Amino acid sequence: MTEERSAVVVRDVRKSYGDLKAVDGISFTVAEGEFFGILGPNGAGKTTTLEIVEGLREPDSGEVRLLGESPWPRNVKLLPRIGVQLQATAFFDKLTAKEQLQTFGALYGVSAGTAADMLELVGLADKANEQESKLSGGQRQRLSIACALVHDPDIVFLDEPTAALDPQARRNLWDVLRAIKERGKTIVYTTHYLDEAEILCDRVAIMDTGKILALDRPAVLVRGLDAPTHVTLQKGVLSVVDASELDGVDEAHEDEVSLTLSTRRPAPVLSALAERGALDGLQVRTATLEDVFLNLTGREYRA
Amino acid sequence: MTAFKTLSVAMLKGFVRDKVTLFFTFLFPLMFLVIFGLVLRDAGADKTRIALVGDGPIVSALRDSGALEFESYNDVDAAVQKVKDGDLPAALIIRGQQVDVRFAQSDQVQSATVLGIINGFVDRANLAATGQPPTFTFAAEKVEDASLKPIQFLTPGILSWGVAVSAVFGSALTLVSWRRKQVLRRIRLAPISTASVLSSRILVSTGVALVQGATFIGVASLPVFGLQLSGQWWLAIPLLLLGTIAFFALGMLVGAFAKTEEAASAAANIVVLPMAFLSGTFFPVDQAPAWLQTVSKIFPLRHMNDGMLDVLVRGKGIEALVVPGAILIGFSLVVGFVASRVFKWEE
Ligand SMILES: Nc1ncnc2c1ncn2[C@@H]1O[C@H](COP(=O)(O)OP(=O)(O)OP(=O)(O)O)[C@@H](O)[C@H]1O
Ligand SMILES: [Mg+2]
Repeated sequence: MTEERSAVVVRDVRKSYGDLKAVDGISFTVAEGEFFGILGPNGAGKTTTLEIVEGLREPDSGEVRLLGESPWPRNVKLLPRIGVQLQATAFFDKLTAKEQLQTFGALYGVSAGTAADMLELVGLADKANEQESKLSGGQRQRLSIACALVHDPDIVFLDEPTAALDPQARRNLWDVLRAIKERGKTIVYTTHYLDEAEILCDRVAIMDTGKILALDRPAVLVRGLDAPTHVTLQKGVLSVVDASELDGVDEAHEDEVSLTLSTRRPAPVLSALAERGALDGLQVRTATLEDVFLNLTGREYRA
Repeated sequence: MTAFKTLSVAMLKGFVRDKVTLFFTFLFPLMFLVIFGLVLRDAGADKTRIALVGDGPIVSALRDSGALEFESYNDVDAAVQKVKDGDLPAALIIRGQQVDVRFAQSDQVQSATVLGIINGFVDRANLAATGQPPTFTFAAEKVEDASLKPIQFLTPGILSWGVAVSAVFGSALTLVSWRRKQVLRRIRLAPISTASVLSSRILVSTGVALVQGATFIGVASLPVFGLQLSGQWWLAIPLLLLGTIAFFALGMLVGAFAKTEEAASAAANIVVLPMAFLSGTFFPVDQAPAWLQTVSKIFPLRHMNDGMLDVLVRGKGIEALVVPGAILIGFSLVVGFVASRVFKWEE
């Protein structure tokens, strides 16, 4: 991935608010057509990073290139090529879903017809004539994303697009995001959901306290952990002693409701369990980005 | 151009769909117009009514002059009783050549007026009866004076005030709400100039002001209120537009400082209310003490008001626009400049 083909280049960017280092020397690049996730707990600096790249904030130091140009100060040439969904949903007063889209579209010189397509894309066609204030939180979120896409930008920045969505709506939105990627768009998005990032992103940057702790493909990050797989069974189907003697089990422990086995070779463990008919309440959990976060920070991840 | 048009339409829709704003833009000022208009309807044309018993040339002359109004009684006692009860200030009793006046002592100014008027007519009748030419001649002629009928000053006053209120609140609240809801930042991310956004919002405000003008003048012209527009009333239109822009700029300044909509409302009220009271919205400022008149000259509303009065009801021509127009333009430039300096895109 050469830098010329990079949609976003960030080099050693810093931003402080008073004593607080919101962004503390981060560097990354996003390739064209890539789905890039920025993850981290509240206050990690995700929004600040995104807004610096979008050209809404000036970094204290460091360099930002967006499609080969500097986004700060306000670069009117870049604006039609980027679509932004801010973390707080920004809408005009008292307009319906469709009118919001038409108005935002008009800011970019887009014809009113696009609005209907966009509503279709985010599954809000039946809410076209509903006032924005009467939409549910999740519907508003989807409308906000549609507003970011209405002018068909090359890069889309989405700040926590899946926050406040129910599981079904989240999955629907994943489909929308995948569809955008299919169209060859570059997507940079932030999220609190590690599982989601694992599913959607080509690469993720894990941030905490203004720094990028790790940056790679989710699978690589997880594999690099060399974390054990946890196999959980209903309590009582097997004693702790029997369990720890199974081939491949590193460790076994029991609490009030379940027995948990740690293993780095789950295949023989699972077949041994099957042989004994001890599969009641079986759950297998492999390492996730959550474990990566725990490993990196020593803290449990709390979204 | 389509961006400008769509934005204007969007803002107009936002305005029309907001019932509270509609109320304060149209109904609230109209309420003042109607209430003051009705309460003060007869104030300027007040004539003294007295009781009358009998008739004769003196009565005819008095009637012709229109100086007094009469309530006729057949019976002297009934007429005098009216005076005793305090319902009428005096009773005029004519028996042939004998002219008697019975008056109430309680209101000395009014009885003196009545006595003076009747005395004058009796003297003139006496003089005429002698056939002598008068030694001194006395002629009185009516002049159109500054003290207009209440509706004549109420309408321009309430119109200017209503326009000022909706322009100040409209721009201040839009600015604050857009900043709080991040619409400003979102607009900043679109390839549209600040001038386009600003001018489409101003267009909506001036459109609203014109509708306000038509509505208020329309209602005041109803026979109940009886507003009489002067010939060049349309000169009020440029004044209305300049006024809207001036108060829009003032609202921008308020909105640039205020962090919340509540703070913006409060600040706008603090700016607009005293200005309204001292600028002749509810009473003609000419009747205020001299120092107050001087103070009121610092308010743009005062000048807008003066201009409105001049062109709407005093029948003055385009020259009456010069001073108010220049002041409103100057005000817009200065306040608009300061507002642009303190303007912030985000909280
Ligand atoms: N305008 C500002 N003024 C002062 N401090 C700020 C400002 N914006 C952000 N911060 C601080 O910078 C830090 C990073 O904030 P940022 O919004 O980037 O976090 P985030 O990762 O997006 O968090 P969240 O998940 O809650 O959205 C926070 O501690 C925040 O309090
Ligand atoms: Mg954030």
